[in-house]
Amino acid sequence: MSDPMRIRAVAKDGAVNVKILMSHEMETGQRKDAAGKPIPAHFIQQVSATWQGKVVLSAHWGTAIAKNPFLEFNFKGGKKGEKIQVSWTDNKGEKRTDEATIN
Amino acid sequence: MSSIKLRAVVALSGLALVCAAQAQQKETAAPKKAAAQTKKAANAAKDPVAADFEKFHEIMEEASPAELFEAKGEELWKAKRGPKDASLEQCDLGLGPGVLKGAYVRMPRYFADAGQMMDAERRIVYCMVTLQGFKAEDLAKQPFSSESRTPDPVSLVTYVAGQSRGMKIAIPQKHPKEREAYNIGREIFNYRAGPWDFSCASCHGEDGKRIRTQNLPNLTSKKDAIRAFQGWPGYRMTGGLMHTLQWRMNDCFRQQRFPEPGYASETIADLLTYMAVNANGHVYKGPGIKR
Repeated sequence: MSDPMRIRAVAKDGAVNVKILMSHEMETGQRKDAAGKPIPAHFIQQVSATWQGKVVLSAHWGTAIAKNPFLEFNFKGGKKGEKIQVSWTDNKGEKRTDEATIN
Repeated sequence: MSSIKLRAVVALSGLALVCAAQAQQKETAAPKKAAAQTKKAANAAKDPVAADFEKFHEIMEEASPAELFEAKGEELWKAKRGPKDASLEQCDLGLGPGVLKGAYVRMPRYFADAGQMMDAERRIVYCMVTLQGFKAEDLAKQPFSSESRTPDPVSLVTYVAGQSRGMKIAIPQKHPKEREAYNIGREIFNYRAGPWDFSCASCHGEDGKRIRTQNLPNLTSKKDAIRAFQGWPGYRMTGGLMHTLQWRMNDCFRQQRFPEPGYASETIADLLTYMAVNANGHVYKGPGIKR
């Protein structure tokens, strides 16, 4: 069970600026533990953001993305009070979706 | 002094006077803007690398994963936990039970119910013990963040600190115990010990000191004192770890090759009092982010 994402969405001049902080280990699979055993890879592979049923962002991530990743993007449309959903899926098949209201 | 040298000195002084006069004129003409510009230019010229770090820092601060720990701390604060199955919502951080706004920038302070000086983490541990029934010894076993685990007090301190975001640091010095703690803290700060004869002042008692690429603030100076308070608790990007001042003090002692200080002990509360009071008046920007 992962921790919730922190999502901030602000509408301005016909566009929405979205800032997201995700809580995820983003383990590359290259590191070894104290005993010398490789720590298994565990990282977000797919991110998508939807608004009014439309996909406004779709991303494929790899091991270059840092732990507890921060993502910022803008999309056209969207008004204060409407909702956006952000989802991620990782290489272990774990998923998470969080919703936020546009400010 | 030879006549050539003397002339050089006079010429340089003359030049300095002219520059000063010009600066004066600029200042009176468009005071704020010119002053800010000349200051910026002077600072940038002094250390363009530091200026770049500052810019990068500002960008990172608005995206700090410390927020994730603030959120976790809020959850922990409100949840019923421990043998007494109680939340921390009745915890008095100095401004009354459950009053969070402005509490972090008013600690360390004297708490009459405990009869002790307490910094934020020491007080939160006290509340966890008295309100929730946790054992202090258990909380002291592994009190610092590792890559696999962030201790609950760390998230709680981060949450409480976030509630003082944007507020002026106002550590009280009214109670005699508070003033005593400041004086003891100053003694500790200057106390040389350990196999290398270090004190805190060895690294933090002069301007312009640095360890490898880390600039060290002069915590005895008015302008740098804020840096003992601002940025803590802080998210350290190396390792993705959330750290509080209790961790920082422990690590400083380690670096000085001192014996390990007691977690959330009176000694650390006194030392933190000295440094925090020196930062009074500055605005606290909330939990920070570090390299």
